[in-house]
Amino acid sequence: MKMVTLTIDGREVQAEQGKTILEVARKSNIYIPALCSHDGVAVYGACRLCMVEIVHRGRERLVASCLYPVEDGLIVRTDSPRVSNVRCMVIELLLARCPDSEVLQDLANRLGVDKTRFKLEEGNRKCILCALCTRACEEVVGVSAISLVNRGVNRQMATPFYAFSEACIACGSCAYVCPTGAISIKDVGDTRIITMPNVTMEFKLKRCKTCGRYWAPERQLDYIVKTAGLPADAFDNCPDCRD
Amino acid sequence: MDRLSSPDELERVRKLIIKNREPNKPCLAICGGTGCLALGGAKVIAAFKQEIQKQGLDSKVDLKVTGCPGFCERGPLVLIEPENILYQRVKQEDVAEIISETVAKGKVVDRLLYLDPQTGEMIVDESDIPFYKKQQRLLLANSSRINPNNIDDYLALGGYAALSKALFKMSPEEIIEEVKKSGLRGRGGGGFPTGVKWESCRQAHGDTKYVIGNCDEGDPGAFMDRSLMEGNPHSVLEGMIIGAYAIGSHHGYIYIRQEYPLAVRNAWIAIKQAEEHGLLGEDILGSGFDFNIGINRGGGAFVCGESTALMASMEGKVGEPRAKYVHTVEKGLWDQPTNLNNVETWANVPLIINRGADWFSEIGTQNSKGTKIFSLVGKINNTGLVEVPMGITLREIIYDIGGGIRGGKKFKAVQTGGPSGGCIPESLLDLTVDFDELTKIGSMMGSGGMIVMDENTCMVDIAKYFINFLEGESCGKCVPCREGLKQMSQILTDIAEGRGKDGDIELLEQLSTAIKDGSLCALGSTAPNPVLSTIRYFRGEYQAHVKDKRCPAGVCKELITYRIDEEKCPGCGLCVKACPVGTITFMGKKKPVVLDQKKCIKCGACYDVCKLGAIKIESGK
Repeated sequence: MKMVTLTIDGREVQAEQGKTILEVARKSNIYIPALCSHDGVAVYGACRLCMVEIVHRGRERLVASCLYPVEDGLIVRTDSPRVSNVRCMVIELLLARCPDSEVLQDLANRLGVDKTRFKLEEGNRKCILCALCTRACEEVVGVSAISLVNRGVNRQMATPFYAFSEACIACGSCAYVCPTGAISIKDVGDTRIITMPNVTMEFKLKRCKTCGRYWAPERQLDYIVKTAGLPADAFDNCPDCRD
Repeated sequence: MDRLSSPDELERVRKLIIKNREPNKPCLAICGGTGCLALGGAKVIAAFKQEIQKQGLDSKVDLKVTGCPGFCERGPLVLIEPENILYQRVKQEDVAEIISETVAKGKVVDRLLYLDPQTGEMIVDESDIPFYKKQQRLLLANSSRINPNNIDDYLALGGYAALSKALFKMSPEEIIEEVKKSGLRGRGGGGFPTGVKWESCRQAHGDTKYVIGNCDEGDPGAFMDRSLMEGNPHSVLEGMIIGAYAIGSHHGYIYIRQEYPLAVRNAWIAIKQAEEHGLLGEDILGSGFDFNIGINRGGGAFVCGESTALMASMEGKVGEPRAKYVHTVEKGLWDQPTNLNNVETWANVPLIINRGADWFSEIGTQNSKGTKIFSLVGKINNTGLVEVPMGITLREIIYDIGGGIRGGKKFKAVQTGGPSGGCIPESLLDLTVDFDELTKIGSMMGSGGMIVMDENTCMVDIAKYFINFLEGESCGKCVPCREGLKQMSQILTDIAEGRGKDGDIELLEQLSTAIKDGSLCALGSTAPNPVLSTIRYFRGEYQAHVKDKRCPAGVCKELITYRIDEEKCPGCGLCVKACPVGTITFMGKKKPVVLDQKKCIKCGACYDVCKLGAIKIESGK
């Protein structure tokens, strides 16, 4: 693996070629805020919080650190006035979109923004449309039960036709990766309830043949049986009651 | 038609086509472009065909349905060759007279000629019309000389000679060198040096390489690409084939928006004819070089004119851009090296190959070479498509070519570069048109939109209009563009409706900078231009809206009042009839009418209908 040397905020850093600025900075304990990146899915570059200023061939410009691959001699500034302006504006815009989000409020405090000057939107939303949920559903789970619908300012994260999604296996990956808690997941008795911005869905949980507890969504277990080619009774017992 | 299998055969066929033509036979070249068709051109064409037959002149006159001559304001246009007589605003009723007088007897029909408003003179020859005089129509001139559905017309004017020269007398490297030397820069808006792009794509690793012609024109009021594709599709194809040979590509696509049905049709016919002639497909002109071109129809999203969104759309994905930190010349369509150029860029290539880089680079300025096509629209006398050398001033385009402002009004601003271009004030009209000069003052060349505004235009309203357009066309992927434009539109609406507050202008500026710096693609990063440029050059107008709640131009409905000038109003009652909500009361003959402010919806219907100036617009709430 070829190593390159770059400078981040005046610190010389060695890194593997091909890694992104964000990955390298995190490894070196240099803080760059980011909401739409996650190790489990492909990079996307939508939240723009991770913007940094670089000097490349003598030219200064702003790039998304989650996408920009490091190279030899690269100079990176994570806290220039231009960077700060973009980050603060982005967080102000997100706060106006999701006024009740604690995650965004905390991040705003960390960036020195105490309130947004923009018009607050109604609807008590938490979703910032980072697409982590839809990307996880497509790239990791492989079912594409949810996706982004509509375009531009009308963009939403939703199931097809805002209805119960037949493709959803109730695995909860979407809730797991969501950075702002816009998707919640709750097991009540024999039912798993997933609440998303535009739909609430209920799924049956499977009962363990031995101990009798409800331990996982039936659809998820069926999906694993099917894709991994396991025998039909592979999940009759919960992990605790298996031999 | 047998496929042409050598350069000699191409020249032999060309000579034969020219030999069989009669240069002195009258020919009616009628514009079949979208502009003239919209003005009733199809009926005029049908009437000419019928009349020629009726008068038994089939063998004495040729009829050719051509591309757009550019003077759209005056359509439908009919050009009579070889005398070059231009008849404008031709109607069905005029057809019989044109045939019996001009074609049969050689007499000019005066009333159909262009009347120069400056001198009051009637102008016979197309090239004497001021609209054409200062233009340099390298790309557009042939559009009105050829039938785009007949490859013979293109061949007769020297078509595909550049391809033949490129394939047989030049190496790919020599072609790239020539294009680099010419100084040609991308005409789609980016202004990137074309030859450098080709070289990077040629050097990129990959077995399969693609070339793309971008004809996804989405700017409101712009029709440069459409006209070129409709009027002279072979010039685009020839450029693309030469480029593909230089780059080492065997597959090309033209991405045309579905809303341009005539452009799609003409491009399709041109591809088929070029294939039949052996100018496209396998073993082009017997050179051993294979190249094919397919057409991809765009679904009408403005953002798909952006190269990475366009490629995503071609792959069947949602048309959303991606970051270009890895360039498309290395990883583009289906992750293969891809060279995308605008159709106008491609159309320049045969000219450069035929006449040389030295000739081309003599036209224009230090860093912007050649000509540029603009669609000149708005409050201007001569609406149309103009092609001018780089380095011409905005004043020359607007006053000499465009004939000045409509209705004798005062010029206020010109917006160049489409919806995300900047608005340029009168003080900068002597600026030369050049990629870098336009960027320096906060606007851009863009793909060539040019919207002229008069004194009755409110710059806050204009900024609001373009931001609304861009907000509607944002793909929604990144936060600064999606949320930023939404908030920007909200602030502008508040200002226009009298809810502006202290700090709004500064917040707009700060937000603009963040959107410029933070957006993922060029749609977002250029979107604040109309706001920033109008604040920069017309700050006083913003302040009047915010502080005094006034709209000086008398446009923003919430900030104006319509009043009856009692001294001027003769009580004719025209406005009473025009008012859609019955807010004006007729008080008897010779008595001024009365307008009830409470009911008035400020539509301006009374103002438009009153010829005596008795309706006044007052600025202020």
